[in-house]
Amino acid sequence: MHFDELIGHLGQHTVDGLSKGAIYALIALGYTLVYGVLRLINFAHSEVFMVGTFAVLILWTQLGVQNNPPVGQAILFLVLGLVVAAVASGGTALALERIAYRPLRRKNAPPLIFLITAIGLSLVFVELFGQVLPKLLGTVLPEAFGRPRQIVGMPTIIQQETLFTIGNTAITNIQLIVFVAAVAMMALLDWFINRTRYGRGVRAVAQNPETAALMGVNQERVIMLIFVLGGIMAGAAALLWSMRFGFTQNSIGFVLGLKAFTAAVLGGIGNLRGALLGGLFLGVVEVYGATLFASNWEDVIAFVVLIVVLMFRPTGLLGESLGRARA
Amino acid sequence: MRRSYVRALGTVALAATLVVAAGCQDSGGGEGGTASGDCGGKIAIFGAFTGDNAGLVIPSLNGANLAVEQFNAANPNCKVTMQQFDTQGDPAVATPFANQIAGDNSFLGVIGGHFSGESDATMPIYQAAGLAMVSPSATRTDLTQKGNTSFYRVVGNDGTQAGAVASYLKTQNAQKVFMVDDASAYGAGITDELGKQLGPLVVNKDKIQERQTQFDATVSKIKSSQADFVFYGGYTREAAPLVKQMRAAGVNAKFVGPDGLYDTAFPSGASGGAEGAIITCPCLPADKAGGTFSADYQKKFGIPPGSYGAEGFDGATIYLDAFKAGKKTRADILAFVKSYDKQGVSKYIKFDAKGDVDPTKVVIWAYQIKGNAIEALQELKLS
Repeated sequence: MHFDELIGHLGQHTVDGLSKGAIYALIALGYTLVYGVLRLINFAHSEVFMVGTFAVLILWTQLGVQNNPPVGQAILFLVLGLVVAAVASGGTALALERIAYRPLRRKNAPPLIFLITAIGLSLVFVELFGQVLPKLLGTVLPEAFGRPRQIVGMPTIIQQETLFTIGNTAITNIQLIVFVAAVAMMALLDWFINRTRYGRGVRAVAQNPETAALMGVNQERVIMLIFVLGGIMAGAAALLWSMRFGFTQNSIGFVLGLKAFTAAVLGGIGNLRGALLGGLFLGVVEVYGATLFASNWEDVIAFVVLIVVLMFRPTGLLGESLGRARA
Repeated sequence: MRRSYVRALGTVALAATLVVAAGCQDSGGGEGGTASGDCGGKIAIFGAFTGDNAGLVIPSLNGANLAVEQFNAANPNCKVTMQQFDTQGDPAVATPFANQIAGDNSFLGVIGGHFSGESDATMPIYQAAGLAMVSPSATRTDLTQKGNTSFYRVVGNDGTQAGAVASYLKTQNAQKVFMVDDASAYGAGITDELGKQLGPLVVNKDKIQERQTQFDATVSKIKSSQADFVFYGGYTREAAPLVKQMRAAGVNAKFVGPDGLYDTAFPSGASGGAEGAIITCPCLPADKAGGTFSADYQKKFGIPPGSYGAEGFDGATIYLDAFKAGKKTRADILAFVKSYDKQGVSKYIKFDAKGDVDPTKVVIWAYQIKGNAIEALQELKLS
């Protein structure tokens, strides 16, 4: 137990946890959006994120990006990375829905079939990037697929530096960018769902699909929209991940997806603001737990907290609802 | 209707692609055929030939294949086959393979395991079947301390390696060593051994878990400890992101790791963060191996032998010598391995009563990361 370390640098650990949790929160949005509308836990969403990191990796290595490029170029690479990751992840999410989920919905498959399909798709993608693509593209894209199933590094786009210090809490440029970008993306999504015509359609379908259909909302289009939106958020998370941690692997989605799903449940699955809160909360709790005990305890602490929260608030911190009027 | 046909066809095509791709992998695997004639026989080799840490094991597999190939070319009347079992380094995968190998009487010996965890899990099965195991790279100390009578390794153990790391750190005038391990059989084992030898020089430690990717808490602990050396016991998958995140956070402590990091995926996965890191390994630099091994390996595989290439070659050679001496049963071969006494390409091989090679014959080298390469730095003194 390292209480003195935790209390002595409480601010620092909180900042570390918030920037860690911001990425969980962005991925959690994908789980929460799909669950809110379809009551489906899309376990393949973690691989949507993984595809995004590979898209960024391929883009940067094909552009020949070196470590620490000048600021102007760095911004260009990040913006390009965001576009490519969003397209790749959004496209993957859309493909999942069109190829796998829609045919099941047409046949009125029971919920368990959706769940097992999602898990199966997740494995298919992990092996696609671990075995099939390395076979097909190993020589064309050696940076990404030359070492099947191993971790691959990416160039460092932004050198981590301390921007300012409050007390003994140092805040780095990367942490600030990750946090601000993640919160901005989520605010944008929140605005989209709550303030636009499309968002109203999403909320209508979430509340009552039949009535929404009677009112002229195209349900299939709404479902495509939420998969794409969730994918874009995962793409943004993939870019922030690549910038901050700079590596990827075919199996990288598994643990992160599990954490993001936990964050979604913690905040109240189906609830966008809950995903944000749950993600940040989980990140902070993990860092506290890892500091207090050892780093291999962080999952234990995180899941104990999840269980305790669910004991007192079974629907999560903010409750389940995607724009639902009733409490 | 038509749409569903298209979809069905698409599914079939996708499935076919997957099967073909998987098939390619398998066909690259085991060398088929059965033993023929009075001489010769079949052996098994198991280890992580795919997976996150395969880079560490592939050279050994290549080395063993090279030995078998050379032997078969030189002895056309004494055909030896070697079948591969890819465990991905996972004890849970290695165990059913071990049962399969033990139950198939055509297998006369086993090379492996390559990792300590899988070796530990399968040792009792092979012992019960009377099969000899020769490991090129399972280094955890207690593997040979459990009274097992069929496990032998042609590599120094972690106790020896930890001693060498300790003496290296002392010659580098280390004052504060921060130790991190991955809580695995191997990582925690070697880190604990080192901790015993370093005593008060250890300023603090942390344990991470396998598959962990974010190390904020560990990095801030290292930072506040003001360590001048960080020792990491574990494998590449976690070490590369850890060292990268350390460097990004401005930690300049020197990074030292054991043979689990002897894999070029380590520097390339850390994209620059691992520059200057020290890796110790009870494996010889390629150009120091005996005979024509390095040249032959380079010629066949197009790359220099990495970690344990020479040890894999030696492991196979022990069995090849047994076949050449006319041994045909598991018991005879086990006895042959036990009394083996010969110069190998990696070191002089003679096992003690427990199955370790003579500690005075073990050589441990320090390597340094330069760019994406692992360069030999110096031979370490055993403490």
